[in-house]
Amino acid sequence: MAEHSTAVPAASLQIRVNGAQLSLHLDPRTTLLDALREHLGLYGTKKGCDQGQCGACTVHVNGRRILSCLSLAVAHQHDEITTIEGLPHNGALHPMQQAFLEFDGFQCGYCTPGQIMSAVALLTEAAGQPLSPAEIRENMSGNICRCGAYPNIVEAIQHVQEHS
Amino acid sequence: MHPFSFIPAATSEAAIQAVATNTQASFFAGGTTLIDLMKLDVLAPTHLVDINRLPLSEITASSDKITVGANVRNSDLAHHPAIHRHFPVLSEALLAGASAQLRNMATTAGNLLQRTRCSYFRDPVSRCNKRDPASGCDAISGVNRSHAVLGASEHCISTHPSDMCVALVMLDATIQTLLPNGQSRTLPIAGFHLLPGTTPHLETILQHGELITHIHLPITGVTANSHYLKVRDRASYEFALASAAVALSIVDGTISEARVALGGIATRPWRSPEAEAALVNQPASRSTFLAAANAALAAAQPQRHNAFKIDLARRTLVHALEQLTKGGN
Repeated sequence: MAEHSTAVPAASLQIRVNGAQLSLHLDPRTTLLDALREHLGLYGTKKGCDQGQCGACTVHVNGRRILSCLSLAVAHQHDEITTIEGLPHNGALHPMQQAFLEFDGFQCGYCTPGQIMSAVALLTEAAGQPLSPAEIRENMSGNICRCGAYPNIVEAIQHVQEHS
Repeated sequence: MHPFSFIPAATSEAAIQAVATNTQASFFAGGTTLIDLMKLDVLAPTHLVDINRLPLSEITASSDKITVGANVRNSDLAHHPAIHRHFPVLSEALLAGASAQLRNMATTAGNLLQRTRCSYFRDPVSRCNKRDPASGCDAISGVNRSHAVLGASEHCISTHPSDMCVALVMLDATIQTLLPNGQSRTLPIAGFHLLPGTTPHLETILQHGELITHIHLPITGVTANSHYLKVRDRASYEFALASAAVALSIVDGTISEARVALGGIATRPWRSPEAEAALVNQPASRSTFLAAANAALAAAQPQRHNAFKIDLARRTLVHALEQLTKGGN
């Protein structure tokens, strides 16, 4: 994104990212996606379309999945952000990350962090209710995979659902 | 994106004053339309007044209506038990729109004010009377497959994109606002969205600085038996080519009350009293549904590339009514 000028003073932001309390000074135009990547060096969250049509930038805000590319960072004062870097626990991959590896849920991998963040949130939303493959596909429709790894992504999510 | 000042608002009154005193200021809620259009340089507000922290996120039920706070997220509204029970059409419409991520962001009031997906509106290089009044309309002579067949004018043929609004016009929702002068007013949704006419840049009857605070949904018998059907170019995460929101009361096989609204084919969420009149006091049969669909689309005017939408909308309405009466939708 071209930032034409900095005529507006920087805004300050207190935010928790993957458990760390952070203080940032940002141009108000900065999206949450750009704050994560360009200001915090968290490159796991991907910039795909940058206009809310692909899902590669999916992160969790206060436990809910959202698109960080259509979200202003300064609107997240005191919010809790979780990115793909925040999923592993004590050095072990999150079960969803492990399942994407085991079930080959990707080819090029660019959409994968967004797919995994979306899938983790989906199982939280389902609250233990079993989801059919059709329901998984519908509720993952905001995450586009141009390699077409969809069948394996659905299998990975089904696996985690059945083993958690 | 052009520079702007970001102003968190602590009260509704402060938010309204901050917007009302500056013609270039805008309320900021979910941001899913606004940030998108700011990135495209279609919109360039100088001040964004953040209303996300205002206490407008409650859904409350009384005996005769459900009241929805302006900031209730689309996902929370769609999954609320009272909405499921009284207005299945609204839950289905919300879940047919956008993606799970966007529904977690987008608000109820923001969805009411959603902007068209017309590609000429979204492209600042094209002529567009909605974006730049009196500049002309490149859609009329351009690629207009997705454009409106009802409610268009020679100045604008863009479709209203919202699924939620189609359900809301069918439900006779009312919209409660706060005005810059401190007064509150309640607006029936039937007159809330404006036809383009000669002024397509004017989309609603809201004044600048007027803040939507609540949406009221009257509880009726007929709307508990309701359904939303959306037809689009892909199975999910796509705007409608045609959609139908329908509700019926049927007594001994005869329709006693009917509500019909259409989406994806008109310049505003399209209630069809013509279809409703064709349904009431008739048997709940396919031939009745076909007559209603013909009545709903009787005034349709195609553009060069979208004549197919007239028949598609008819079939969508018939199918929605069949699904509702046969169950198992």
